[in-house]
Amino acid sequence: MTEDEVVAGLRSGMTIGIGGWGSRRKPMSLVRAILRSDLRDLTVVSYGGPDVGLLCAAGRIKRLVYGFVSLDSVPLEPHFQAARQSGAIEVTEYDEGMLQWALYAASLRLPFLPTRAGLGSDVVRVNPQLRTVVSPYDDGEELLAVPALPLDAALIHLNRADVTGNAQFLGPDPYFDDLFATAATQVYASCERIVPTAELAAVGGFGSLRIHRWMVDGVVEAPRGAHFTSCAPDYARDEAFQRAYVRAAKDAGTWREFVATYLGGSEADYQRAVAAGRPRPDSPAEQAFAATYLGGSAADHRAVPASAGTAAEAEPA
Amino acid sequence: MSSPTRAEVCVVACAEAWRGDGEIVASPMGTIPTIGARLARATFEPDLLLSDGEALYVAGTWPVGEPAPGPVEGWVPYRAVFDLAWGGKRHVMMGPGQIDRYGNSNISAIGDFARPTRQLLGVRGAPGNTVNHPTSYWVPRHRDRTFVPRVDMVSGVGYDSAAKAGPAASRFLELRRVVTNLAVLDFGTPDHAMRLVSVHPGVTVAEVAANTGFQLAIDGDVSETRLPTAAELRLIREVIDPHGARYGEVPQAHE
Repeated sequence: MTEDEVVAGLRSGMTIGIGGWGSRRKPMSLVRAILRSDLRDLTVVSYGGPDVGLLCAAGRIKRLVYGFVSLDSVPLEPHFQAARQSGAIEVTEYDEGMLQWALYAASLRLPFLPTRAGLGSDVVRVNPQLRTVVSPYDDGEELLAVPALPLDAALIHLNRADVTGNAQFLGPDPYFDDLFATAATQVYASCERIVPTAELAAVGGFGSLRIHRWMVDGVVEAPRGAHFTSCAPDYARDEAFQRAYVRAAKDAGTWREFVATYLGGSEADYQRAVAAGRPRPDSPAEQAFAATYLGGSAADHRAVPASAGTAAEAEPA
Repeated sequence: MSSPTRAEVCVVACAEAWRGDGEIVASPMGTIPTIGARLARATFEPDLLLSDGEALYVAGTWPVGEPAPGPVEGWVPYRAVFDLAWGGKRHVMMGPGQIDRYGNSNISAIGDFARPTRQLLGVRGAPGNTVNHPTSYWVPRHRDRTFVPRVDMVSGVGYDSAAKAGPAASRFLELRRVVTNLAVLDFGTPDHAMRLVSVHPGVTVAEVAANTGFQLAIDGDVSETRLPTAAELRLIREVIDPHGARYGEVPQAHE
């Protein structure tokens, strides 16, 4: 499938889960396809990063369900901050473990799962729909009952997949992609590369085969589809691009320019515009990440050619 | 060796938070807590487990901001972190945007939650962490905007909030200490109100009180925070933080 075909199967008002974590292995090409569509009034569920930021900036989110929204190396997401501070979105803010429990309960077709997380915090105050449950056993503990959070659709990005929807993470963390998938009615997985099934186990080890074809309704081959978030070991986060994104968000004029440069056309147009940007020296954080998870420097793994460009100006690390 | 800087006193005060913890996971947030946790493991708390900040437990002692050379001890993806936290074998040190008298902390949003004046990260794992395992805090700039009478959005649970929520919230709640650029504080009072334990060398009790937006418990003579030993100073300066990242949080100009 293509990204646009995936989005054609989604409807305004849906509850959509987005995999990954912060600014890591986000299905960004699918998010960009939503930006090209007329989908709106979405309830978005995410361990949030720039996926949430871009959808906030484009006014597509009615309600956000999250434990945090962060760009990792840049702690605060500017568009999410703006949306919250202007009251533009409704929110369900959970402890991040509560969010896992909500997805897990939906996956298991249970009405709720109990936990201590959230008790005593203002998560309970700002989410008055939450209820507690008393243990039926001798301890009698009163715990928070996190309600199941079924998703109409889930969007995830993996390193490899076969055409039938078996998909594989090759980086350090599966995040919660499998829970997003099993909590959802429709599941779309983008991947860096579609490979023959036999190649999956040969490359990664059995533990990396976390997403199974019964979970997945459609596969999209999306090289650099997670850009500008990280997708180890295929590529590190594009820190320079992320900094440019944050700078652009500070002002309506520069943001319009950013949108015109990067988000005005197709996914191929986006990747071309990014490639036209000039590469900059890696930050120490990128180097550290690359040395540990990519087996070399981040620059070695960057598909961006060393051609001159003006898309994102340099900034000291 | 030159005399210890304020940042180095803070590193040791953070390291001391994990003293006696044994074979659990130390989860420091922020530069000085990270240096402190590695220092604690390299000296008096050798059984601690430390993550590389991504998804691996790694042994050894290595510089902040640089990749961990390993060896890798284990795999700890995020879902394993939640399992670990809820199971209690962890002691986290978090950095609050606000903290109050009974140890409620806020990393979510400043102002009215419905429409904050400043949106921060969200509550993250703070609610679950605090009610499940020991928690400490690191505040690089002790001021009354951070030490407030009541936080705007309780993210990390304090003693009064847990008591109101019932036994399930209080059962494993344990707020160990608050380390700041000025002092060390804890909740060792009968009603768990925040108490001044020690002031760093060169800091007065009055200075701490003036920068705290609520009444601190102060019983008897407040001691002075201990200085790093020569061996600790060498580890900080030569091994764990050779490039002085600690001064990004507590500048030398502060001395």
